[in-house]
Amino acid sequence: MADTSPAPTKPSQPDPVPVIVARGVRKHYGSIHAVDGVDLEVRAGELFGLIGHNGAGKSTMFKMMLGLIPATAGELRIDGAQVEGGDFRAVRRKIGYLPENVVLYDNLTGTETLDFFARLKGVSPANNAALLERVGLIHAAKRRVREYSKGMRQRLGFAQALLGKPRILFLDEPTTGLDPEAIRGFYAILRQLKSEGVTMVITSHILAEIQERVDRLAIMAAGKVQATGTVQALREQMDLPLWFDVRVAPEDFESVRNVLAGLPVGAVEARDGHIAVQCARDAKMTVIAALATLDGKVRDLTVREPSLEDVFFGFSD
Amino acid sequence: MEFSQVATIAGKEFWDRIRNRWVLAVALVFTAFALSIAYFGSAQQGAVGFRSIEVTIASLVSLVIYLIPLIALVLGFDAIVGERERGSLDLLLSMPITRLELLLGKYLGLAGALTFSTIAGFGLVGVVLASQLDLNALFHYFGFMLSSVLLGCAFLSLAVMLSVFAADRTRASGLAIATWFFFVLIFDLLVLGVLVVTAGQWGGEALPYALLLNPADVFRILNIFSMDDVRTLYGLSTVFPPALAQPWLLGLVMAAWIAGPLAIAAWRFRR
Repeated sequence: MADTSPAPTKPSQPDPVPVIVARGVRKHYGSIHAVDGVDLEVRAGELFGLIGHNGAGKSTMFKMMLGLIPATAGELRIDGAQVEGGDFRAVRRKIGYLPENVVLYDNLTGTETLDFFARLKGVSPANNAALLERVGLIHAAKRRVREYSKGMRQRLGFAQALLGKPRILFLDEPTTGLDPEAIRGFYAILRQLKSEGVTMVITSHILAEIQERVDRLAIMAAGKVQATGTVQALREQMDLPLWFDVRVAPEDFESVRNVLAGLPVGAVEARDGHIAVQCARDAKMTVIAALATLDGKVRDLTVREPSLEDVFFGFSD
Repeated sequence: MEFSQVATIAGKEFWDRIRNRWVLAVALVFTAFALSIAYFGSAQQGAVGFRSIEVTIASLVSLVIYLIPLIALVLGFDAIVGERERGSLDLLLSMPITRLELLLGKYLGLAGALTFSTIAGFGLVGVVLASQLDLNALFHYFGFMLSSVLLGCAFLSLAVMLSVFAADRTRASGLAIATWFFFVLIFDLLVLGVLVVTAGQWGGEALPYALLLNPADVFRILNIFSMDDVRTLYGLSTVFPPALAQPWLLGLVMAAWIAGPLAIAAWRFRR
């Protein structure tokens, strides 16, 4: 799609300076170590996922990154500024935040809600209508939040986070309560923001939803980052087996088994119309070569990578 | 400190109370009470109709001393803890606003709503009575309104302090009720008790100063002491040294009752 508008030229190389830096960050509540030594770097323009069980320390980490609660120890810098320092007010103007289960004011309308937060952010309310349009709420702009559904509240919360064109977005479980269509719309906006160079940190319980969408992610468990990287890198690091779905006629099941005999494969299971074969990542090409000898018998072949969920459980257990 | 941030928060709190008709309701309560006291306050003595401003103010003081602290405490007890419990505090604090600005904005907005309803409620009665009052009486009535505002602001300050300390709304409401009981009902009894138990031997000298430790008593002294007729009626002239009864001094004490709890609240909220 040709872009004819005079958009600001964006750097072809992402800024090497990380926008978010955490070094040895800890948050202890008495004997409870909610966050226990986290090192993290989020690069400029990156869509970064933070995943973990409930209680893994994601939300605490979020709150510390936003300067809502002080860290017990460690260093935390957003856009170069110390989170606890006096410079942080200036940084806050560049930050958008959508809290988990966002709570807005029931007695205000959609427009009034955005006006209120725009004033706090020191942003002109002139663009608020466009923002409501962007999140699909313009039809409900004059209705009170009291009458909004959960999904509508979530969208209004998202519009609030986008006030003043933030450079850094913190999105805590942003798709909670959204229907599948709204979720697609939401990620379309994120893609657009990414193309504008916005740095985003996102958490989600729905791993399938973010695995195709984040650039990199960190898996948190027990207050620590267990692994960081692209989904693919984590898969390889975890070295989880992958699956082949080999579609053959039922009378050829036996020949597939014969070909695979003696190869480094795991489970071989006959399923409805196909055979599922589990194999280690480094045996992938060997298995494909063996299956190629079956010539016309193989009708279709699908490789199933381990899902982010598999990777996640591998790291967090 | 950025005052625009304080003003944004204060504006929201104030307009919230205007929109949900809180201000109107409280103003109407004040008007109704003030009018009925002015015209029917002497009904027990067999007289109906407006008698004297001094008696009216004295009766109003007895009423307001219960009512305004209660209204102020109810208004402010969930200012902070309410936002925290609803889950909207984190979003507010993620904005470019300091905790002090948020606290001050909350306080000023609520104080504005309370002040507005007090002035509107009693002011309306003042306008109705104006034709029957001379300048001196009007001055006393104005003083009564002003001290009512101060009384409300002092208890609102206490309420906002509770709302910072309390872990949840339920506890905050309990603390608010306890605060009301203590200052409005128990405090005077305690002071009296000390006097009675020690047969006036101990504490007599300190009594006037002890009364300054209660904003409700400061309010009473502010209004009663300035009027000769009722001063003797309340027996205040015998126990309260005129040197202490200077309106500006008592006004300063009230200001301290406003600033003190707010300062403690700000200190606690920052941590």
